[in-house]
Amino acid sequence: MGKVEKLNQSDREQALIDQFLADNVLFLGPDPEIMEDHDIAPVTEIESRAMEKETDPAVLTLIRDRLQAGANEAFEMLEQMGAAPGAKWGDLITGVYTASGDLAVSSAGGVLLFAALVHHPVKFINKYWAGDPSVGIRPGDAFIHNDARYGNIHNTDQSLLLPIFHEGRLVAWAGATVHEGENGAIEPGGMPSLAEQVYEEGLKMSPFKVVENYELKKDLVTFLQNSVREPKLQYEDMKVKLFVCRRIEERVKSAIEEFGIDAVISSLRKGLDDVKTEVKRRVSAWPDGTVRTMVIADGTLRENCMVKINLALRKQGDELIFDFRGSSPEFANRSNNTLLSSLKGMLAQLFLVFVWPDLPRNQAVFAPIRVATDRKSALHSSYHTPNAQSMMTFFPAFTAGQAAVAKFLYGCPEKFTKVVAPWHNMIRTFIYGGITQHNEMVGNLCADLNGMGGGARADRDGEHAIAPIFAPMADLGEQELNEEEIPFIQIVSKKLMRDNQAFGKYRGGQGYEMIASSLGSPLWGFMVCCIGSKISSVPGLFGGYAAPTYPLCKVKGVDVFEIMKKDPRKFEFSIPDIMNKRPFEGASYTSHHTGLQFEVANRGELYMITQGAGGGYGDVLERDPDLVIRDIEEGLISRETAREIYHIAYNPETLVLDREATEQARQSERASRKARGVPFKRFLEQWVTPTPPAHLPYFGCWGDDRSTIFAGGPQRRMAADAIEPVYMPNPKDVRIAELERRLKELEQR
Amino acid sequence: MKVPMTEYLEIDLERESWGCRCCGHEIGSARRPYKEGLLAYVRDPREIHKPILDPKLYEYTFSPDHEWVRIIEYYCPECGTMVETEYLPIGHPPLNDMEFDIDALKAQWRGRRPLSGAELAGPDPMGVAHQPQCNKHHHGGR
Repeated sequence: MGKVEKLNQSDREQALIDQFLADNVLFLGPDPEIMEDHDIAPVTEIESRAMEKETDPAVLTLIRDRLQAGANEAFEMLEQMGAAPGAKWGDLITGVYTASGDLAVSSAGGVLLFAALVHHPVKFINKYWAGDPSVGIRPGDAFIHNDARYGNIHNTDQSLLLPIFHEGRLVAWAGATVHEGENGAIEPGGMPSLAEQVYEEGLKMSPFKVVENYELKKDLVTFLQNSVREPKLQYEDMKVKLFVCRRIEERVKSAIEEFGIDAVISSLRKGLDDVKTEVKRRVSAWPDGTVRTMVIADGTLRENCMVKINLALRKQGDELIFDFRGSSPEFANRSNNTLLSSLKGMLAQLFLVFVWPDLPRNQAVFAPIRVATDRKSALHSSYHTPNAQSMMTFFPAFTAGQAAVAKFLYGCPEKFTKVVAPWHNMIRTFIYGGITQHNEMVGNLCADLNGMGGGARADRDGEHAIAPIFAPMADLGEQELNEEEIPFIQIVSKKLMRDNQAFGKYRGGQGYEMIASSLGSPLWGFMVCCIGSKISSVPGLFGGYAAPTYPLCKVKGVDVFEIMKKDPRKFEFSIPDIMNKRPFEGASYTSHHTGLQFEVANRGELYMITQGAGGGYGDVLERDPDLVIRDIEEGLISRETAREIYHIAYNPETLVLDREATEQARQSERASRKARGVPFKRFLEQWVTPTPPAHLPYFGCWGDDRSTIFAGGPQRRMAADAIEPVYMPNPKDVRIAELERRLKELEQR
Repeated sequence: MKVPMTEYLEIDLERESWGCRCCGHEIGSARRPYKEGLLAYVRDPREIHKPILDPKLYEYTFSPDHEWVRIIEYYCPECGTMVETEYLPIGHPPLNDMEFDIDALKAQWRGRRPLSGAELAGPDPMGVAHQPQCNKHHHGGR
């Protein structure tokens, strides 16, 4: 911020102007020098000297393991003591940063993308507050932060950052970051999709000092408590994060006492340098070339539209470049925009969890990898565009990356994980808000977002509801514990739905049904924030099919608890049965896309969603017929799917497989494919259109030409180097206009 | 040497060609998109992802919207194996999804030995014994 054009003045005059500007900064916005750089900081003189003094790899490893154990211990503490659902179920991270602010050791579990994102605020504090007499960095201080424009994903995640001193010198930082949930936004729960401006997204904390002499500053805590719907949670988790950072500080200081300051500094720095070198070596083993993928995000959460995420992943030598140019423009008044730094964090997660999980958990894993984007695109959004639901574009970007990486990895001799089809990528859960049975106001979310289905692997099926793409070893939570605190129950939970599957030689892991209903609250409501109800956001791999699409289903105008009392046999325990049989007279049954803004849910009304499946792997005709039978037995697929998708023949009464008939059926299907398939050239002639068809609300480039970006249809286009944010009409205005048009038509009859 | 690039595609380094790993069929030049040598079929997504909710009653049914997207299935013209699937907005050009530097690939594979099925699939997590779910990992042409 605040850059000026250099004029032809004398050096002295220029120096005066520079000094004047430096002394009179009106506003310290996010610093592009910090925010656009994801590399590790240059080696400092202190680090250089320390690395000369302590070179023994055994000592350096011992220290790193000691600090790793400290970070893991802090993680456990935070998980056990934290009040936020996100803290209890693993949506957090703890770690040790170098004095320059690079995350050198992070906890093994948790939201590892934070590992590549919280260095930004530390670097901001170092650059701007260290020398500022009104702030400063002193022993016993700690800083709070949640504004993604200064680092991290979105402002529901709060960090506490504590400087660690040794003999009066800053030598490291301790940090703890948690998905806290509530942040005082226009909707409860911390991830508003209704927000049309950043100012509706709740608290936006640039890094500021909130702790002195290891004590939380009461005046600031009170202000923050007044700014959110969960004042108790805000206070409790600030205290917990402070304790956790102090424990990390204790571990760092005890390592210094045992091994000496040089050895600790050397270990932190060498760990980063070694990982960067190793990543380049590993990338070198991949084939040189370009892999292209795309994922269509089918909405903004307010309306359905086609938001293209376009990726060309280029690898040459030890260079790897994620080139997302050609993706959708940013949206001026929608919350699905991703900041460039957030995008990089999510891509770092891909490598930390799905490609090189053996590497030390630090930010150097992504340091040598480059990212290219169009400015003002949905993956490189501006300061003023909302970003609370950035996941709606950077999760698909992750998936585009995951599919592309698999195509580089398959033939590479050196692998550290299975080749895997894309993981499910949406947080299919309920965000909630309202007054609890204990008469307290809350706003947060169910940990079921952690139950994403795993992608199929190259030699086995994906696992059901196993883990989210953003956090290994996260938990789903205990519904019974939830019910003690919040006034709704999951009438149906953890039940797998038949055919909710990505088919393939190996099938994706499935998600489960959730049927929720409020009970015992004077005022309660739900939100849902996922894309993928018209176009799947999770493709398959190597001939496998994608995950299905997912609706939100609602039954309103009913109190099922009364029905359960009077005529319990009427209740059906699955979404398809409730929706298709419509057992409750007088109720309204509707299905929607899964972008539900906060809506009041009365006692006994049903809100129903399903977790999502991971992508399928390989040709369905290659699936072992015995596994198909097993899927029928386990209720995962219907008999129709077994027959029409997997082409197996069996006795429907005994489920005994007819191997010979199955082989014939599959041969026959292969022959049918050859008969119905057309040569590629003819397919192109019949299929390809020069621009998006008029009926598609399409955003992004069309085909290979990335210089033109479409912004909602074939006539609305802009140059890629001159993107303007797209302003979307209020869906209610769209609906009103539609109804008025119909009214007019009827009046004219 | 033939280098496996996907479950069903390999590159013959000597002939510089894409081949089908199931039947050995030569698909086309490895310096061109492999899709040019395959058969393509435009599939209504509702045939694969069948509606779970009654489409007469509801707009959103667990099926993709066929007016927005189609599945392009790519088949080997020789053995009919479904080599790849691609979900595309109506009319969107298919991607040239894999464009490898053949000269670099040749240099890289000089001295490398062929990979086993287990090596292609990738290692098991530490502490988990390798136990393929299906032992019949064979393709006709190998």
